[in-house]
Amino acid sequence: MEESRRRFFRIAAASLLALGAKPLKTLGGYGGGSFSRLGTEAPRRRWAMAVDLTKCREGCRDCIEACHQVHNVPDFGNPKDEIKWIWQEPFRNVFPAHEHPWMAREYRRLPVVVLCNHCDQPPCVRVCPTQATFRREEDGIVMMDYHRCIGCRFCVAGCPYGARSMNFRDPRPFIRQIDPRFPTRTKGVVEKCNFCEERLAQGRLPACVEACKERALIFGNLEDPASEIRQVLQNRFSLRRKPELGTQPQIYYLV
Amino acid sequence: MKLYDGGKILAGLLIFLGLLSIPLWYQFGKSPAAPPLSLDTPQIRSLAQKECIEPADYMRAHHMDLIDLWRKTVVREGFRVYLSSSGREISMSLSQTCLGCHSNKEKFCDACHNFSGVKPNCWNCHVVPKETI
Amino acid sequence: MLEKALSGSRLYWGWVTVLVLLMGIGAFHYLQQLSYGLGITGMSRDVTWALYIAQFTFLVGVAASAVMLVLPYYLHHYKAFGKITILGEFLAVASVIMCLTFVIVDLGQPMRAFNVLLYPSPQSILFWDMVVLNGYLFLNLVIGWTVLASERKGLPPPGWVKPLIYLSIPWAISIHTVTAFIYAGLPGRSFWLTAIMAPRFLGSAFASGPALILLCLLLKRATGFDAGREAIQTLAKIVTYAMIISVFFVLMEIFTVFYSQIPEHQHHFLYLFVGLEGHGALVPWMWASITLAAISLILLLNPQTRQKEGWLALACGAVFFSLWIEKGLGLVITGFIPSPLEKITEYMPTRPEVLITVGVWAMGLLILTILYKIALTVKEEIGSESHSTPGE
Repeated sequence: MEESRRRFFRIAAASLLALGAKPLKTLGGYGGGSFSRLGTEAPRRRWAMAVDLTKCREGCRDCIEACHQVHNVPDFGNPKDEIKWIWQEPFRNVFPAHEHPWMAREYRRLPVVVLCNHCDQPPCVRVCPTQATFRREEDGIVMMDYHRCIGCRFCVAGCPYGARSMNFRDPRPFIRQIDPRFPTRTKGVVEKCNFCEERLAQGRLPACVEACKERALIFGNLEDPASEIRQVLQNRFSLRRKPELGTQPQIYYLV
Repeated sequence: MKLYDGGKILAGLLIFLGLLSIPLWYQFGKSPAAPPLSLDTPQIRSLAQKECIEPADYMRAHHMDLIDLWRKTVVREGFRVYLSSSGREISMSLSQTCLGCHSNKEKFCDACHNFSGVKPNCWNCHVVPKETI
Repeated sequence: MLEKALSGSRLYWGWVTVLVLLMGIGAFHYLQQLSYGLGITGMSRDVTWALYIAQFTFLVGVAASAVMLVLPYYLHHYKAFGKITILGEFLAVASVIMCLTFVIVDLGQPMRAFNVLLYPSPQSILFWDMVVLNGYLFLNLVIGWTVLASERKGLPPPGWVKPLIYLSIPWAISIHTVTAFIYAGLPGRSFWLTAIMAPRFLGSAFASGPALILLCLLLKRATGFDAGREAIQTLAKIVTYAMIISVFFVLMEIFTVFYSQIPEHQHHFLYLFVGLEGHGALVPWMWASITLAAISLILLLNPQTRQKEGWLALACGAVFFSLWIEKGLGLVITGFIPSPLEKITEYMPTRPEVLITVGVWAMGLLILTILYKIALTVKEEIGSESHSTPGE
């Protein structure tokens, strides 16, 4: 190529690069608005939940139905596309290391409620390339930002508990009854239990806790020494899932 | 620098630029009127003071920035209350607050968006409350 | 130099047409995937990474193999590789482009891919993978093109290329160390949580990549480009040693898992090689991989067969496919079986998924074809120029 033509292309490429590097600026002011938390000063909080396995009734799905209803979780009707925020597994699947042949049969098949553990050291947060999933410092909840998620599923691979579900299809047609007070999700993002942070912001308990008639789910603030969950963890022996991995899960199972 | 086949190249370039700029000159002289936006909803009718979160001309120009800011603040920072420039405390919710008053999405939001060829994808996830008459 | 790709034999154009057709079919199915969602593939809640990410993982290795040609030539002045380093560099370019494409194709929200740049997350290995892969692509493209262009003009390459070449050597190691880290850092996946993951990646890369280059060289022998017997035999030895090391590493894994008898670790290997709880979709594939590896090693270790180009080509094909199965199918999918809740969900790719995969491979092969056509044509031209005497 002739020298001058080469120079032309070089300059053109450089200019294009320079234009593209111009930083994006947000437009306009915000009309002078600002923000505040709902309610008073936020105390120190670390939300956690204790599941009393002795109280779970055989065949009961109250917590699951409540959660999935309130959060517009779809029911695809097949295990391939399945999305679940909270569900039951037999004891030997949840605590494989604790099972042994001489264990009572009712223990081995005990339905154990499993959900996102909202770990203190969450591997899913560590691996997310866009910080679409992040841990809230003020209360320990591991949050999902569905606007930012690119659907790479690194978090699904990273979760040691299988707590996360990917939307492999559009969920809207499969939601039994859409609750207008909460958004749905769209295809291509990963979702999971959010500890009902929208209800906590209104001072209400998570939907699963409220729905449980046996009061098997105890939810509270671990930083508050007077909370019920602190009492129950102090008085009774509790297990956590895969504690050896160092994730510091915050769902405690009372046997 | 010698331009081989200069006639063909320049002719082709002109045709290409002409086709590219069709949106600019095709409608020359006739600009269709912006669609009328209906503010006639029961919620707005029952408002004592008919004002939005911010003044109307600000909202017209910047509602997308405001919504964007709201979503970032609610999801990523956990704040849910917006203090408007007129001092009102407003809950930051697209479906509950914005559509709470503008419950006629088709005659309000969609009318203008369809006209200007904007396709916001909020509604893939955010639920449109049932339109009340 | 791009114009060199626009003229070729009927075989060339026939090959290009086939590739473009396959790309078109792949693109059509990708549009379907965009509209339906990733559910159109065989992926499920449990097996959340499958064919696309498996291809990406395998191709990262192939891309890094360029270093096996660059290192001996530029660092140790091994002259025999002088003619073929460009082939390694161009293979790297085509492979990395395929890698990046497979990642995009696997995303649930590909239109948001820019978020990885807008919200950089240095604690995420995927962020670093993006950095090193794009860096490697840029390096090889610039190095390959500049060196080839200089060669064509009969001039030594410009001085600034040398530091880039030296940089590309550790960079090649880094691309699959980082890719291995994607898997090796996850506490919940015991199949991948092993320090030998990165070494395994390196071993299989240095076997599969050069095997592919060697295959191309041996095929090319039929159409005129001669890399030289020494280069071919050295490459063959590199493939041999790398294959031995790869197989050795796998055997190390098997020892650790089955001697320690830890059930959680054993389950994955049992699923792969004998089946678990009645599920065994991958078992025939793994035994095919082992058979191919054994055949390739027999052919490669025996000098009688290694030095005959027909057998060598067979051995290279066996190496490539054996490692493609092991890394492409055996590694990624097995990490998810059994699931963290000890359940087995098997995976079977769907037709759209396979066609999209074939489409991306076709795109990569097309890029490789174009680049190799340019490189080999340039080398032929230089070769014939230096052989003609003035006045003829």
